[in-house]
Amino acid sequence: MNRELQNKAPIMEALEAFKKMRVVPFDVPGHKHGRGNPELTAFLGEQCMMVDVNSMKPLDNLCHPVSVIREAEKLAADAFGSTNAFLMTNGTTSAVQAMILSTCKKEDKIILPRNVHRSVINALILCGAVPVYVNPHTHDRLGIALGMSVSEVEAAIKANPDAVAVLVNNPTYYGICSDLRSITNIAHEHNMLVLVDEAHGTHFYFGKDMPVSAMAADADIASVSMHKSGGSLTQSSFLLTGKRINHNRVRQIINLTQTTSGSYLLMSSLDVSRKNLALNGEHIYSKVVAMADYARNEINKIGDYYAYAGELINGDTIYDFDNTKLSVNTLEIGLAGIEVYDILRDEYDIQTEFGDLANFLAYLSAGDRFRDIERLVSALAEIRRRYKHSKLGMLKQEYISPKVVVAPQQAFYSLNKSLPIRECSGRVCTEFVMCYPPGIPILAPGEEITDDIIEYIIYSKEKGSTLTGTEDPNVEYINVLS
Amino acid sequence: MELWFSERHTPNVKLSIRVDKQLVSVQSDFQRIDIYDSNEFGRFLTLDGYMMLTEMDEFIYHDMIVHVPMAVHPSPKNILVVGAGDGGVARELCKYDCVEHIDLVEIDEKVVEVCKEYLPETAIGLYDKRISIYFEDGLKFIRRYNNEYDLIIVDSTDPFGPGEGLFAKEFYGNCYKALKEDGIMINQHESPFYKEDALIVQRVHKRIIDTFDICRLYQAHIPTYPSGHWLFGFASKKYHPIKDLKTKQWKALGIETKYYNTKLHVGAFALPNYVEELLKNVEPED
Repeated sequence: MNRELQNKAPIMEALEAFKKMRVVPFDVPGHKHGRGNPELTAFLGEQCMMVDVNSMKPLDNLCHPVSVIREAEKLAADAFGSTNAFLMTNGTTSAVQAMILSTCKKEDKIILPRNVHRSVINALILCGAVPVYVNPHTHDRLGIALGMSVSEVEAAIKANPDAVAVLVNNPTYYGICSDLRSITNIAHEHNMLVLVDEAHGTHFYFGKDMPVSAMAADADIASVSMHKSGGSLTQSSFLLTGKRINHNRVRQIINLTQTTSGSYLLMSSLDVSRKNLALNGEHIYSKVVAMADYARNEINKIGDYYAYAGELINGDTIYDFDNTKLSVNTLEIGLAGIEVYDILRDEYDIQTEFGDLANFLAYLSAGDRFRDIERLVSALAEIRRRYKHSKLGMLKQEYISPKVVVAPQQAFYSLNKSLPIRECSGRVCTEFVMCYPPGIPILAPGEEITDDIIEYIIYSKEKGSTLTGTEDPNVEYINVLS
Repeated sequence: MELWFSERHTPNVKLSIRVDKQLVSVQSDFQRIDIYDSNEFGRFLTLDGYMMLTEMDEFIYHDMIVHVPMAVHPSPKNILVVGAGDGGVARELCKYDCVEHIDLVEIDEKVVEVCKEYLPETAIGLYDKRISIYFEDGLKFIRRYNNEYDLIIVDSTDPFGPGEGLFAKEFYGNCYKALKEDGIMINQHESPFYKEDALIVQRVHKRIIDTFDICRLYQAHIPTYPSGHWLFGFASKKYHPIKDLKTKQWKALGIETKYYNTKLHVGAFALPNYVEELLKNVEPED
């Protein structure tokens, strides 16, 4: 990485120059620097509206970048250590879809863990690729899905030599990392590409002593949610590609679904955040890790809660742990993670990232302060004092091995009918059922519905999880193959 | 030359005090600390530009935050003071022989340092043998205690900045846990007058009534605080602030006060209608 070059933020600089030009706008957007929408301008601020502009010669064009956007892409590639980088304004979902659509065609096999984000399986619906799932295993005590076992990936590769790619989810939402280097080596030996959903791993590229990043592990494509731990605006993201990938082809694929009105607010936020992380990332993330370590220590001192980290490492399915993640197991309190998540927000004005049946996750970043950590810890101590009861009857199982009966695309587009959830046992699902967040499907199109899954869905609803994905907004009916 | 200190009490109102000279200005890890001399209010301390105390009117605040609970609790021996690095609360507490030990938790060591040097009249309280001073976040300090204190006095700054955590529901819950079964918590409860401040009074009251069985507010008139109309919170597990007032015993102690007396004690709990209304809105219906 060239530190001197990283000082530049070409998109931001072009926008600054544009402001000074005082150009008369006879183009879109129609709010014309905010003047046409005073209430919105008062709400968001004039500075913000002023740079909400359309593509034009001095500002380049996201669909076919040749000047400042192209330069920002090159700087990002330099910062992330990739061959190429793409600025994404349709969320990391669009990056994940571009990654899969660039490498898989209809009926191609792709090896992946089942605990992927819905965007991965959505991409399979779009392109018609067939998933080969590797069981991610579940941690006995914590009830969280783990990383991919190298030997199981190898077995899947050998059993499916015609597969075109392996997708790794690294790190998971909870901070669990797989042995990315070994998986990449094995996949490459068998002429398969390696795709990494790195939505929660932006900091791996900039922090010190972090788990290995996708590009450092020589993986081929990675989707990086800059807006999560990287500090850019919500919905902005990077797609990174390595030396085996034809980036011009990837651009064509991106342009199949990407907006032609790429937001300059999002693009400049990517540009400025990249600059910040390149120059200050090491310092920023060492502070984040120090805060997370402190919080873990204090939370574990309360008793009954278990804030876990590196001690889980087992050399395979937990090859490494992302210490910036503050994941806390709540079962010993007698509360589901989602219940603690709700109490924190409703009674203590503390918003955490998500809660599942046994854990909740507090997302830490550059913006956190020690005094806010004290509030979280104190609130957890209070919740224990006020709510602790027997954990009898608490479920924790988060992973139910899916039985894929038909490919996602085929299931999604087949004739189906809607049945009450309790009558679905033995049927093949044609839609998603998931808790959001984290957005990892309990059921994906093409999978058989079992009694265990039905029980799990009903229990999650009872505990207050927000279930989504089904055509029925109340998630009382599920679409199944007719 | 005219030199004025001004503090905005709302976006449209400010209070200005003519300054004779500025004595010190330091930036600590937490806040900016300033000490000024003035003709009208004597020496005064500000944190991040907000008035904390003046030599002229600090007796009102310190009398009311200390002597009210001390005249109710029959034997307050072990006391926790959160904030109050200026020493004023400790000074008043140390007038009582029944007090055996005081833990004083101040987040900012620099405040104590500056007050010891420039505000000896209040800082005198910090030198008593019965006091242990801890420099840490009160919210963190209190987590480790259970059934420990007879009285907790929360002398916080404002609900923004470093004192934010001392207005959180989890803090009051932690205080409840740290108090003995007949313990009392007194907190600086902001002003009910200006709209934004009134909302804070309401939110804080809601958080305290969710935690303590007995919660009453009382008032005092403090000229240099926004609107001058100031509230304190009396939260308790057992004692009622008026029914359990020990008038005779307290008078027998012969403690000299400039503002507080037991008649005023009773009167201070009688609140204006608009304040009663404000509080009733968040109280559960009987």
